This record gives sequence, structure tokens and C-alpha cells, in this order.
Amino acid sequence: MTATFTVEGLKVAIGAANVLRGVSLEVQPGEVRGLVGESGAGKSMLGRAVLGLLPANAAVTAGRIAFEGRDLLAMAEAERRRLLGRRIALIPQDPMTSLNPVKRIGAQIGNLLRHHLDLSKRTALARAAELLTEVAIREPERVLALYPHEISGGMRQRVLIAMAFACDPALVIADEPTTALDVTVQRQVLQLVERLRLRHGSAVLFVTHDLGVVAKICRSMTVLHAGRVLEEGETANVLTRPRHAYTRALLAATPRADRPAEALRPVPPALIEQLWSEAHRLDDVAAVDAA
Amino acid sequence: MRWGELIRRLVLVPPTLFGVAVIVFVLLRVVPGDPIAMMIPPGASEADIGRLRALYGLDQPILQQFATWLGQVASGDFGRSISVRQRVLELLLARLPATIELALLATMIAVVLGVVAALAGILLRGRRAEWIVDGGIGMLLAIPDFLWALILLLLFGVLIPLLPISGRIDPEIDLNLRSNFYLIESVLAGRFDIAFALLHHMILPAVALALPFAALVARLLKASLAEAEDQDYAQIARARGYSRPNILLHEVFPNALIPTVALGGVQVTLLLGGTVLVERIFSYEGIGNMAIDAVINRDFPLIQGLVLTFAVLFIALNLVVDLVVTMLDPRLRYG
Ligand SMILES: Nc1ncnc2c1ncn2[C@@H]1O[C@H](COP(=O)(O)OP(=O)(O)OP(=O)(O)O)[C@@H](O)[C@H]1O
Ligand SMILES: [Mg+2]
Repeated sequence: MTATFTVEGLKVAIGAANVLRGVSLEVQPGEVRGLVGESGAGKSMLGRAVLGLLPANAAVTAGRIAFEGRDLLAMAEAERRRLLGRRIALIPQDPMTSLNPVKRIGAQIGNLLRHHLDLSKRTALARAAELLTEVAIREPERVLALYPHEISGGMRQRVLIAMAFACDPALVIADEPTTALDVTVQRQVLQLVERLRLRHGSAVLFVTHDLGVVAKICRSMTVLHAGRVLEEGETANVLTRPRHAYTRALLAATPRADRPAEALRPVPPALIEQLWSEAHRLDDVAAVDAA
Repeated sequence: MRWGELIRRLVLVPPTLFGVAVIVFVLLRVVPGDPIAMMIPPGASEADIGRLRALYGLDQPILQQFATWLGQVASGDFGRSISVRQRVLELLLARLPATIELALLATMIAVVLGVVAALAGILLRGRRAEWIVDGGIGMLLAIPDFLWALILLLLFGVLIPLLPISGRIDPEIDLNLRSNFYLIESVLAGRFDIAFALLHHMILPAVALALPFAALVARLLKASLAEAEDQDYAQIARARGYSRPNILLHEVFPNALIPTVALGGVQVTLLLGGTVLVERIFSYEGIGNMAIDAVINRDFPLIQGLVLTFAVLFIALNLVVDLVVTMLDPRLRYG
């Protein structure tokens, strides 16, 4: 089986600075992989390289990015544009700035559907309403007629999630989709991502620095540090037997309800226990939802 | 703009006009120069001069003059022009449409040129050719409209005599139109031969007025486009597989239009001000051209009427700009 998504030895430089120095990772069909690392590790740069959103002064200096076996960097611009937004989708970080402020929600979802799926205006709007229902937005027809500033941040993020899954993508890149939201909304958003990826059969590359989230929803994970992969594997293995001191430090720095974040403490086995039990609970919820 | 705001603005119109009236009235009478001195034949007697002054009410105390004039204006009577010896209101109504048509045509030309230049500039963004567009815009901006008028007049009126260089239309053409909005009426009535003859005369002054304004529109719009293109929503549109021209046109442009109209719209007042010299240069029979004669002749009633007319135009323009911005920006509308 070909992997959905393969990155091999990817190097990205911004001017003289190497922000990615030979990153490799793989995402299998339907897999949810966590991409973790501290701020500045290069997580977003990896996502941007895939989506063709590198800043103007950045360049891929080496490596390969393949989607379903086809080299994204080598393919023609038009061909890549047919994949982006349809087979490869993005859930952005900041829902407040990620929707066009002067266009109605319906027009924004509708345009995406019409661009990739060649639907009529009316069918696109009907489909957009269905998508909003999928992300648990009540009165979808009313919301379609609203502008982004007329709905809450959590609702905007749900709209963006609906748009990411709109064309049944094989891969969704979620770049810290919950960091801009408050805690209660974060949980709903995570559950939605989990539910929609099951329903649409998508693999997810989930960028975060929250190991709790990784433990909850990611089967596998990759730890990035200063533009390099430090550690990689099944989430259970990495979290219970971190081979690298850096991963241990990250784990210890993960805050829990009963303990604030601390730097460089050995991983308490109880934490892992707790993270795992939460993870399985959520899986159950998702399985019920999908049925 | 909300209803409350609109009403507030409308309520402010009369006091604004009153302020303008006071200023122009006082200035005219403080600055040296006297309409009577301009019109009397040499050798007129003191008594004749005195009688003329009395005829135009200039012998009264200034406060009395102002009160009388204000009373007349309130009832729609702007007095009689001293130099042309016609009613000021009639003169204004006859000439204003010519200026409005010229300004509208110039604005349309400027918007088309400005939008095309801005789009070309943004498409070339980051490439070396971008500076050609920026340089061209800078050059257009550096040359004022009356200089363009002279340049165009010399080029296309004298050097290569393609176009007429004076007037609004050939005097021998039988217009037979009902309003003084010749161009608008002839287009609406389908009389395109007349419309064409009018455009033939208007094109040079309109382009002269349009060029600096087009540069202003281009610069504002290009900067706004660049800023909007860097916003998250435009970046994310790229990740949805939309092509860059598509994003610029459908995602970025509607956003960039808002600051461009808000900042550039009020600059149409500059263009209106420019009509004074440009109409003069092309002997175009609008209120701008008339304003110069009025000032030369110290024609107090006419100057007062003209200044009030310009003030009304400026106020109306500002209102229209705010209304358009509200239409363009859903965040300013009631939810
Ligand atoms: N536009 C840019 N110009 C120059 N350097 C940049 C730019 N954007 C990011 N960088 C640098 O690239 C490196 C990787 O940044 P990246 O945004 O991928 O980090 P990240 O892992 O996503 O961090 P965070 O968790 O804060 O989002 C950082 O060192 C950052 O300083
Ligand atoms: Mg990031």
C-alpha cells in the first residue's frame, strides 16, 4: 500500500537559516499522526512546504514531498492546484483571520465546492448546508447567509473544519487548530476533527505542542526539534518509553489539571496512564458518532 | 453607516454651509478689490459710483449685507451677478452640469486606469518589472492636472491636431436637448452623434484631470491589495488550490477596495478643485472656468454662489463615499 503522504530528507532554508534540516515522515491512509515540537521547531514550515505556502524568501533546498506516491514539488503548478483543497486540505490555526471578512460563509464554502467539484451554485449551497450540519452547526441555512464577524471563534473554526473535509481529502494538515480557542471549545473541535476524519476517511497530520492532544487522537507521532526529527513512532511507545531526553522534557512540560507545567521532570507513569485512558474514551465516542 | 449616523451627518450640513458662507462673505469684503471699481467706465462721477454701490447693497454695513443675502439664499435666490448681469442661480444651473459631467468622466477614466495599473503592479509583485509600474505611477502623481492639461493641449491640439482644444461642443451643432446634462441626456436618448461630439471635446480636459487621480487610485489600491494578499485568508485560499489571479480578483480585491474607496473617494474633491484651472485652459464652459472670471471681476454674489456650490458638492461627495464604504464592508453594516 502506498503511503498517503511521504516526506523524505526535506530541507528548507530561509535566507542563510536552515529551518528544516532533513525531515522525513510518513502518514498512512487513515492514520492520525501528531507532529510535536517546541515553538520554532519548524512544524508550520513543514505544513507550508506541503501546501505551497512557504514565505517568498524561503526555498526547498533538498528532499521530496510525495502525495499518494506523486512528487508534489516536481509536479506542474496546475496539477498541484487540483490536489490542494480537494485531496490535501488545511485546518488553519487562527479562525479569526482565516475566513474572508467580506464574503458570506455560504459563498466561501460554495466557491470551494464549485471550484473542485464542479457543482451548480444551488447544489453547492445545499451541500454547504449539509457540511455545516456535520460540524454540529444548528440552523445551517441561516449561518450560510452570515459574515464571519457575525459568528463566534469556535463556530468559525467549525466552518473551517467543514471546508477542510468538504471534498473528502485523503490528507488533512491541521496546524494547531485549537490553540486560538478557549479550553471548552478546544475539546469540541478535537472531537469534530476525530469524527469527520472517520466519516471522510482522511489521514491527518496534526501539528501541536500539546502532548495531551497527541495522546488523545494520534496513533503515531513525530517529534521535531530545531528542524530535525528527534523521535518517531507509535504514540504509545514514544510516550511511555521516550528514547530522547528532549521528548522526556516535552512530556514533563505538559500541564495537567492537577499540576502546572514544569520543565525537565521525569515522566510520571500516572500521566501516561491518564492520557491513554482519555484517548480510548474519545475513540469510543468517535466510533459511536460514526455509526 | 447606520441610520443614526446618516441623520447626524445630514443635520450637520446646514451649520457647515453657514460656516462656509460666513467665511467667504467676510473674506471677500476684507480682501482689497471692489466689484464696482471693475465695472465703472473711466471718468465716472462719485455720485454714479455711489448709486451703483447702493444698487448692489454694498453701501450697507457688512452685517446688514450678510443678513439680506442669507435671507435671499434661504428662499433660493442667490442674487444677481454683477459682471454677467444674470441671476446667479441661473448661471450656476446652466454651468454646473458641464462640470459634473467632466468630473464624472474624469473619475471614470481615472478609476479604470488606476485599477488596471494596480492589478498589473500586484501581478508583477516581487518581480523586477514591478518598479516600472511603481515608477509610472510616481511620475503621473508628480505632474499636476493643469500641467497635464497644457501638455495634452500642446500634444494633441497643436502638434498633432487630433482633438478640439476649446469649448464643450461645436457651436453649429443643433443640440435640442432638454437639460444641461448634454452628455448624459444624449446618451440616454440614444443620440450618439451628439454624445460623440461632446466626448471629442471633453476627452483632453478629462484625461488631464484623470491622470494624477488615476495614479493616486493605483497607488492606494496596489498598497491595499498587497496588504490584503498577505492576510491569512488569502494565503489559505492558495492552499485551497485557487490560482493567484483568481485569489487577487475574488478574495483580495473586494477587501482592498474598502480602504481604497475610503481614502481615495474623498480625493475626488481634489479633482473637482482641479476643474477650475483645467476648464480655463480648455475654455470649457463649466463652473470652474466661471469661477476665475468671477474672481477677476470681484463678482461678490457669483463668487459666493460658486463657493456654496462647491461646498455642497464636497459634502455630498463625502456622504456618498461613506455610503459606498458601508456597502462594501459588511462589518460596518447592521448585523
Ligand atoms: N517568514 C519567516 N522568515 C524568516 N524566518 C521564519 C519565518 N517564519 C518562520 N521562520 C523561522 O522558521 C523556523 C520554524 O518556524 P515554524 O513556524 O515552522 O515553527 P513552529 O514549529 O510552527 O513553531 P510554533 O509552535 O510557534 O508555531 C523558526 O525558527 C522561525 O523563526
Ligand atoms: Mg507554527
